[in-house]
Amino acid sequence: MSANTEARTQDVVWRRRTPMGDLLAWGAWLAIVLATVLSFRQISDATIWDFVWDAPQQGADLLSRAVPPRWSYASVLWKPLWDTVNMATLGTLLAVILGIPVAVLAARNTTPSVLLVRPLALFVIVASRSINSLIWALVLVVIIGPGPLAGTLAIALRSVGFIGKLLYEAIEEIDPVQVEAVEATGATRAQVLSWGILPQVAPAIAGIGVFRWDINIREATVLGLVGAGGIGLQLEGSVATLAWPQVSVILLLILATVVVSEWVSARVRKAIT
Amino acid sequence: MSASHATSNPYAAQAAGWRPPPLIGSRALRWALLLGGLAWFVAALVTMEINWARAAEGWQRGARFLAAFVPPDFVSKWDDIAEGLLESVMMTVVSTVLGLVLSVPVAVGAARNLAPRPVYLLCRAVLVVSRTFQEVLIAILFVAMFGFGPLAGTLTLAFATIGFVGKLLAEDIEATDPAQLEAMRATGGSWLQGLAWGILPQVKPRLLGLSLYRVDINFRESAVLGIVGAGGIGATLNTSLDRYEFDTAAAILLLIILIVMACEYASGVIRRAAL
Repeated sequence: MSANTEARTQDVVWRRRTPMGDLLAWGAWLAIVLATVLSFRQISDATIWDFVWDAPQQGADLLSRAVPPRWSYASVLWKPLWDTVNMATLGTLLAVILGIPVAVLAARNTTPSVLLVRPLALFVIVASRSINSLIWALVLVVIIGPGPLAGTLAIALRSVGFIGKLLYEAIEEIDPVQVEAVEATGATRAQVLSWGILPQVAPAIAGIGVFRWDINIREATVLGLVGAGGIGLQLEGSVATLAWPQVSVILLLILATVVVSEWVSARVRKAIT
Repeated sequence: MSASHATSNPYAAQAAGWRPPPLIGSRALRWALLLGGLAWFVAALVTMEINWARAAEGWQRGARFLAAFVPPDFVSKWDDIAEGLLESVMMTVVSTVLGLVLSVPVAVGAARNLAPRPVYLLCRAVLVVSRTFQEVLIAILFVAMFGFGPLAGTLTLAFATIGFVGKLLAEDIEATDPAQLEAMRATGGSWLQGLAWGILPQVKPRLLGLSLYRVDINFRESAVLGIVGAGGIGATLNTSLDRYEFDTAAAILLLIILIVMACEYASGVIRRAAL
């Protein structure tokens, strides 16, 4: 009896996966490698490799032209920078205002209809998130003309989906007991929303908003490339005229702004949670 | 009787007048923040120099743009669209794989519990630079260095992937349970073995999640890099908008949305299958 079990345990070879699982894992890795190699060959065919081998020299050349930065140019940049920050901030505010109702409609526990309204709200969220703010800006510049208004709306349209998604997930995770308690007093739907649900997700709203604001500052720096206002316009002009000392001033200014905004955002989020 | 009832319950009046406590305790600070916010809001709007006349004209064009979605025109520019989309997808694949391969060592270097101080600082600097600049800014520089075409875009996305995955993975490595690594070391395992058996199993789910999420982001970003000449569908989209061919632009936007949705669905399936 005991000899029997001993023989059996010796025969068993420990394996991490079933044979089918092994095959699947191998297949997945093979597919990844194949896709990468094939894609790379296509990209390589579309590339002029002489330029690429030249790149370190080009890079060094760019750097030597960009240094020292032309600091006097900064005096022209304060207004575009102010516009950039305002576009990001106003756009984020607008996105929070628009994103809250979208999130309420998309969350399983607050949506008026799981079958009709929820898919629609989810589609709005996906559509908004899929389209980069720069593409929104392209579209809006064509529609309402160049300027910071197009940039602000582009930021807002891109951020609605982001805020909507994170917020509806937060709403789905709230404590139902509080909602029930408010409902039990005979409160209307609006009252349940403002006294049972909103207080629970208010920190989430603030946190998500500030998080997105930080991202939006970054995004707003390039919207000027397509004419939607902000510092990107100056960057485009400087690159087009090969004024590399000006480009380095702009990049350093952007770096400073982004680092400050990231710090502010981290501080605010820490204070909230 | 009723009057004595009301007086016997002094809490009722108090409850009716109850307000939730304010978020900011100090009244002066509250007003200062409110007024400051208002002042900024007005200043921001005033200095924006919005051309309202031009914006008002936009309604018509906006309506025309929305009308172009029913039906979008997939046919007349299909060759350009297909080529651009395929290029975007290929850039996504190569940049994600390349970015991941590079971001893992950077993440290990940027984890305070694994890397020596100088390496840590260097890797953190790489992450900060990569995360600070929007992809398009990097693309402009890379186009200047590597020439026009998808390679510049691919390298841009790979660089951005390093910043994103590297930072989040480094945070996850720092949060791992040190006991497992110590156990590996106690058995005489080398540094690499410690990494492979002490750290990797703990961060694997996070690494997979980040990779899948980054595929998504890289595809979405690849759609804009064409605007600065770095390859992908962006160039086609830009051209169609410039020529007011809204129905073609609508077709491209819908395809982008569809692909992103498919990506999200697939990543959900993969996550469930692998974990």
